[in-house]
Amino acid sequence: MIAATLAFYLFAALAIVGGLNVIFQRNPVHSVLWLIFTFFNAAGLFVLLGAEFVAMILVIVYVGAVAVLFLFVVMMLDINITMVREGFFKYMPIGLLVGGILLAELITVFAGWVMSDSAEAMRAAPAPDPSVISNTEALGLILYTDYVYLFQASGIILLVAMIGSIVLTHRTRTGVRKQVISEQNARRPEDTLEIVKVESGKGLQ
Amino acid sequence: MVVSLSHYLIVAGILFSLGIFGIFLNRKNLIVILMSIELMLLAVNINFVAFSAFLGDLVGQIFTMLVLTVAAAEAAIGLAIVVVFYRAHRSIAVEDINELKG
Repeated sequence: MIAATLAFYLFAALAIVGGLNVIFQRNPVHSVLWLIFTFFNAAGLFVLLGAEFVAMILVIVYVGAVAVLFLFVVMMLDINITMVREGFFKYMPIGLLVGGILLAELITVFAGWVMSDSAEAMRAAPAPDPSVISNTEALGLILYTDYVYLFQASGIILLVAMIGSIVLTHRTRTGVRKQVISEQNARRPEDTLEIVKVESGKGLQ
Repeated sequence: MVVSLSHYLIVAGILFSLGIFGIFLNRKNLIVILMSIELMLLAVNINFVAFSAFLGDLVGQIFTMLVLTVAAAEAAIGLAIVVVFYRAHRSIAVEDINELKG
């Protein structure tokens, strides 16, 4: 029990340190790396909560896909790092004000959170005993049955996002000589070949 | 000392506020703003999983996966727009994005 408590405080503190570094780093590449760090610690928190599948998905999807996407884009764009900090102190007070008020409100709401007695009875999908059915299996049992439409809808969302980003970033380059197979196939010998009878001793002019 | 639901909720609250703070702070770099949004979505996910675990209801974790999907789609589209904008204007500072005619 004490180990789990210590692990919680470790992961929580490191996640917050990571979050602070994401927004305070001067170099966007470092920001992305700190974002990966934050996601790893959040995955640790999920494991502590007994949600192993979501933790692994978080690591795979975020660290393996989204963070790498961010890294690619950050490194592809040539961003002036010295300019990044301009206006930092101009926006600091309003940011602190809004962020601080929001944090105070969230803490007031969350600190004394008590579950209602009737909440237990209103669960949509009560979690089975982890020693009988593992978290992954339990999630699979309801994801592909009760929530299959949501599952399909998220697949469609990903498809739309994929097509959308391809269409957005695609550009037709000029000056590139591409193979056009239909034109090649439409070429007939008569269009390009000329057969000439050459008399001996005279040659072609 | 036992870790209660409130502990997780407060961690999520701090991460969410950091995301908001980051949006205000980084006005020169659109990508950091996108990262701040990812941070806020992570905080929401922590809330979902914490409630799911303490209530013993698996729907929270299902919803976390949906949020993850939407976050991935949002990151892909957002970064594509950033790349297209950078090609046209050679800058991704927020103050340069002022040509939208509405």
